Amino acid sequence: MPDVTFLDANELVLNMGPQHPSTHGVLRVILKLDGEKVLGCECVIGYLHRGVEKIAENRTWMQFAPYVDRMDYVAAVSNGLGYCLAVEKLMSVEAPPRAQAVRVILTELNRITSHLLWLGTHALDIGAITPVFYCFREREEALKIFENYCGARLTTHAFRIGGLQYETYDTFEKEVLAFCDMFPAKVDEYEELLTGNRIWLGRTRGVGILTAEDCKDFGVTGPVLRASGVEWDLRKAQPYSGYEKYDFAIPTGRNGDTFDRYIVRIQEMRQSLRIIRQAVEGLPTGPIMGKVPKVMKPPVGECYVSIEAPKGELGYFVVSDNSTQPYRVRVRPPSFVNLQALDRMCRGSLIADVVAIIGTIDIVLGEVDR
Amino acid sequence: MSPSYPEAYFPILLQVGLAVLVAGGVLVTSHLLGRRVRNKTKDSPYECGITPVGDARGRFSVKFYLVAVLFILFDVEVVFLFPWAVVFRELGLFGFFSMLLYMALILAGFFFVWKKGVLDWAKRGR
Amino acid sequence: MTFALSFYTLAVVKALVLLGILLITLVYIQWVERKLIAHIQGRWGPNRVGPHGLLQPIADSLKLLTKEDLTPPHVHKLIFVMAPFLAVSLALISIAVIPFGGEVEVFGVRTTLQLTDLNIGLLFIFAVTSLGVYGIALGGWASNNKYSLFGALRSSAQMLSYELSLSLGVVGVLLLSGSLSLRRIVDSQAGYYFGFLPRWNVFHGPLPQLVGFLVYLTAAFAETNRVPFDLPEAETELVAGFHTEYSSMKFALFFMAEYANMITVACLATVLFFGGWHAPLPESWGIQYAPLVVGALVAGLLLYHSQGAFAGKQRRSMQVFGVVAALIGAAFLLQPVRVLFSPLFWFAAKSGFFLFLYIWVRGTLPRFRYDQLMGFGWKVLFPVGVANVLVTALMVALFG
Repeated sequence: MPDVTFLDANELVLNMGPQHPSTHGVLRVILKLDGEKVLGCECVIGYLHRGVEKIAENRTWMQFAPYVDRMDYVAAVSNGLGYCLAVEKLMSVEAPPRAQAVRVILTELNRITSHLLWLGTHALDIGAITPVFYCFREREEALKIFENYCGARLTTHAFRIGGLQYETYDTFEKEVLAFCDMFPAKVDEYEELLTGNRIWLGRTRGVGILTAEDCKDFGVTGPVLRASGVEWDLRKAQPYSGYEKYDFAIPTGRNGDTFDRYIVRIQEMRQSLRIIRQAVEGLPTGPIMGKVPKVMKPPVGECYVSIEAPKGELGYFVVSDNSTQPYRVRVRPPSFVNLQALDRMCRGSLIADVVAIIGTIDIVLGEVDR
Repeated sequence: MSPSYPEAYFPILLQVGLAVLVAGGVLVTSHLLGRRVRNKTKDSPYECGITPVGDARGRFSVKFYLVAVLFILFDVEVVFLFPWAVVFRELGLFGFFSMLLYMALILAGFFFVWKKGVLDWAKRGR
Repeated sequence: MTFALSFYTLAVVKALVLLGILLITLVYIQWVERKLIAHIQGRWGPNRVGPHGLLQPIADSLKLLTKEDLTPPHVHKLIFVMAPFLAVSLALISIAVIPFGGEVEVFGVRTTLQLTDLNIGLLFIFAVTSLGVYGIALGGWASNNKYSLFGALRSSAQMLSYELSLSLGVVGVLLLSGSLSLRRIVDSQAGYYFGFLPRWNVFHGPLPQLVGFLVYLTAAFAETNRVPFDLPEAETELVAGFHTEYSSMKFALFFMAEYANMITVACLATVLFFGGWHAPLPESWGIQYAPLVVGALVAGLLLYHSQGAFAGKQRRSMQVFGVVAALIGAAFLLQPVRVLFSPLFWFAAKSGFFLFLYIWVRGTLPRFRYDQLMGFGWKVLFPVGVANVLVTALMVALFG
């Protein structure tokens, strides 16, 4: 970390954020600059701290579930899944197969909406003003499916501990498949605008390089890790919710630069579609809720469950003292951990790169600050 | 018939006057019409909501001066090109070769500067 | 004496008309840009204030006029106020030497469609536009804000670097035309090769100035700080760049200056490379009826779409505009109208295309990084410009 309090006369300290157009919310980055070159940077976080983990201790197990949606609000379904899985493991219940398949469909759809939001804003940061509107156009279609399923678009609270609250609606499968049919052409469209573009390549190739070693040192996970060439995806490494049944690939990059991370996320959207299609086509019938008592009192104990959220490993560490309320909930948010690598990625680059790098990590401040 | 100097330049003067009038008029109007409420935070320089560290008018990278110096050098060259180009048809090949010589000298300087790395704006890495 | 009086009166009238048209264009090009960008992005764009949002620019201007005119205490007051003033007045001046058409007779008065034809017209434009950098540089410096300063520094270095290429791209045209007077440059492009290929400088022998044009066009994008070279005001990096501390009309004046410069540069491209007001085909091909066809097409499209499902509240206004377009097209059937307005039509069509290009590119491309921008300007554009000048000179000396 650069010590920004003691300044060389040649160095300039510049605040980016919290009120800045491209720090994706209220991240504050203190940049130490020489001309336009970045000598180092320091993140200041906490502007969106709401004490989510503390709130958990004053809510019942079930009451806390909607709160987790407010962490990574662009991937609320994943947050909910992680929490439900953690509590289910604590209580030794498992969601029925139909519930698991629906969970997979919605979570993968959510991965696509999350990546779409990332792609649009990232391109916007680099100066391409059009892709964001195209991304939001398709994101809208996925959000409609969420809305039809559970009534909410963003903070969905789609799952319950033990399974699902709602059965799928009549045209659910048809709509999801229609989305699957429509979407690949749209991804091609984004790629047409960006992938081969010389300016885009110039702005992303070799920018913000993070080697596999760096990633492991910082504990970076998700697309950022995979772009560095590490084939690590919790859906394959320790499958949950029946992911072992689906056939999909783990896209990886080689150079660990901004361009690779872009390509990895684009590929992931395509892979998510494959999973969704398989899940819809093999959607089992049966109950949607496991055996869960009305008043939940998980046995004394603790457990850690992590899932592959769109941004990386999202982990929940839950402790129960056999009461109706959690004794402690600790979240491992991927954005927070990935953000640590910012300084390493920024050093020696230019101001314009910092913007691209913040975008490429794909952070959501609601999750970083909790 | 080419117009006399006053005739050619009077419209320019006129245009300057009108442009100044428009720009000044707009500024004065908005100054008079705008409501003004002052407070301390509004008066502080914008730095993303944080009180700035250090002065904005500190030293800045020498690169910017280099560009300015290069610009003067090469802009003079281009300015020389203008009258040369206008009368070029009368000069013919002689004009071409004298300019070639001149350009060679200038370009030698240009490639020297290039090889010295002045044109590489930012070397990556530390 | 009477001649002198009428000359000066005429100059005043022409200047006022020109300024009026320029200001209206300045206001409405922003509407056009917002609409076009919106349609590129699959949106409607402004459509609330007036039919098709046509009154939006006026509403915006009024809003900006009545906004708080803030001059923060940490700025250098005089320079802070002078900067937008300088930027916009300089930008408005250079239009004075642009020729929009040949000699015409209106109400018995013979005049040229140009405010004044300086024999150093091109130099004048370059002189005035290069002063324009002061507006931005001083504004950024006076603001006493780091973002502004960065924007101003970037902008100065960028505009200086690309000015070289801008001038170099033009030298080829000078070699072909042998004059700095914009009117003479246009005149030298009259006529057609093989009876159909216009002798515009982009096609002109002995060496078509295609490369020169591309150098000029690229440099022009950078000179006017437009995407992909809009680094001085790159909002995702520098918040608002050099105008971060500006508010109200002072803020708007910078934009006026930017758009005025865009118009100048587009007009100049038309004059220098695309034959000014000359039609792209000889009259024997019936090109003089092109405005008629365009008017009919626009009218047809508007009337057709006014019956469509999406017309909604705009139905009536689309019909009105359709009829107006048809009438304007029909007016070109009259000989005097055609003589007077055909050159203007072609000039507007060509310049309009370049303005459209600006907007189109903005909707499509990401932004360069600063080092890439400087590298491109010095290492690619400048050598290419020099090579173009030398090759053109050689060709002119051998075959010209």
